Amino acid sequence: MNLAWRKTVNVIMLSLTGLCAAIAVSALFFILGYLVYHGGSDVDWNFFTKLPTPVGESGGGMANAIVGSGKLLLIAALIGVPIGLLGGIYLAEFGGKTVPFIVRYTADMLNGIPSIVIGIFAYAVAVMPVRHFSTVAGGFALGIMMIPIVLRSTEEFLNGVPRAMREGAMALGASKWRTISSVVLPAARNAIMTAILLSLARVAGETAPLLFTAFGNRFWSPGWGQPTASLPVMIFTYAVGPYDDWHRQAWAAGLVLLGLVLLVNILVRTVLARGISAQRS
Amino acid sequence: MASSAKPAINKTASNDSAAHGARESFVKTPATSIPASEPVAATTLRMQVRNLNFYYGKTHALHNVNLDVAANKVTALIGPSGCGKSTLLRTLNRMHETVRHARLEGSITLDGEDIIAQDVTRLRRRVGMVFQKPNPFPKSIYENVAYGLHINGIKGRVSDAVEQSLRRAALWDEVKDVLHKSAYELSGGQQQRLCIARALAVNPEVLLLDEPCSALDPISTAKVEELLFVLKENCTLVIVTHNMQQAARVSDSTAFMLLGDLVEFSPTPQMFTTPTDPRTEAYITGRFG
Repeated sequence: MNLAWRKTVNVIMLSLTGLCAAIAVSALFFILGYLVYHGGSDVDWNFFTKLPTPVGESGGGMANAIVGSGKLLLIAALIGVPIGLLGGIYLAEFGGKTVPFIVRYTADMLNGIPSIVIGIFAYAVAVMPVRHFSTVAGGFALGIMMIPIVLRSTEEFLNGVPRAMREGAMALGASKWRTISSVVLPAARNAIMTAILLSLARVAGETAPLLFTAFGNRFWSPGWGQPTASLPVMIFTYAVGPYDDWHRQAWAAGLVLLGLVLLVNILVRTVLARGISAQRS
Repeated sequence: MASSAKPAINKTASNDSAAHGARESFVKTPATSIPASEPVAATTLRMQVRNLNFYYGKTHALHNVNLDVAANKVTALIGPSGCGKSTLLRTLNRMHETVRHARLEGSITLDGEDIIAQDVTRLRRRVGMVFQKPNPFPKSIYENVAYGLHINGIKGRVSDAVEQSLRRAALWDEVKDVLHKSAYELSGGQQQRLCIARALAVNPEVLLLDEPCSALDPISTAKVEELLFVLKENCTLVIVTHNMQQAARVSDSTAFMLLGDLVEFSPTPQMFTTPTDPRTEAYITGRFG
């Protein structure tokens, strides 16, 4: 009797966890399928090479938004990766007790700040002084969002490198920094690179911080000081627009955004998998 | 290498032909860096520990320890877990400094010079260390051995030095065709010999071994022990072991430690046949520990 009940509970819980796992996975495929269904037909060569056309005229693409997103992510990475990485190294390797606690706490708070607030901050710091929207301001906002993600994951993965490995290097006469740069960082390289990619993927889809920093642009954005189009903002603008044509293009832009993020992810992972990976134990 | 000119040291050559080959290669290629040591009389002291007190925060881990490490000999530190033998070993190349709140009083000298006053990087090049668990870096076999050379700025003939070190560690024949594979693809015993080769690459005068065989199977253990006999020709060895048979097999003198005290320090045969302290006798006859 009792045994039967235990078996029943076991079966129920197993199926429940399995079901939830299936839902989690199917959400991704559902979104992907929906994007393909609505926007797949609009993703053609023109989408990647042409500028948006005026309303009423068919065709056209989002080449400027794709390039714009790339530029924004480049600036974001230039800001977020070094600061997050070096800060994470400090937390994991050098800090005492109080300083890391404060930094860790602050980073977690920063991570929790709504992205629109980060946008306002970037607006005040990078847009107001020069009196116009710019690519740099948008990249700055995204970069700030990347810092806490990169910082916390770097710290976590560095702490995962066994102490024995550091001692091995130091016993050979390596200084602390030499130990970190030549042994500890390479050991955690794959994990940290993956975390950086995930943070890039995360900010690649951010719309709110770009609305009043990078703003948007119907045309090519020359240089870095001008407003630029970006995929998320294009999606937003086109999706709330009144034209069916725009809606289809918004779906297509969503599909392209997702595809680009996936592509970069797969590429980097393949490249990383070739090197000697860290401890197996 | 100075030692290669001495045909007198032959008793060990028979048990390890790889090491013999290493000596031949030393003749062919000029050494890339300084010889580890000169031929010395049996009584030369390489390191001296005087009135050493050691604290982890408020814990008094070593009480007034005195130890003489004779050059080109194997000195073993034995004792039950937590007696301070690893702590003592780690002070010899100042690895204790990597632990927070560790404090040391007393003096430790290497060839008469105070090691605390020295540059720690230079000291650790002269006093190498092999750890309990094999800890190769996530790099290729070659890069693991070359690491010490790179960080110490030793240039030129790196590949020769790598080969020499791997030969001295009796690993060359097993890895010579896979030098660029990951060190993690080696077995545990091979990894430990790789770590020994890595330590030897910078030609240390003293090599500290912290229970180097405790994670190894009996066959790998035997290989490492054989290696110690060859290594002491060029190097002074200090080994921590919880295995008394191992201490009896490999060491020339043995120190017995208990609860942070160095109870007895004498030539190994004497230690295991006629210990003077009743606590030593109790431990080595297996009454505790």
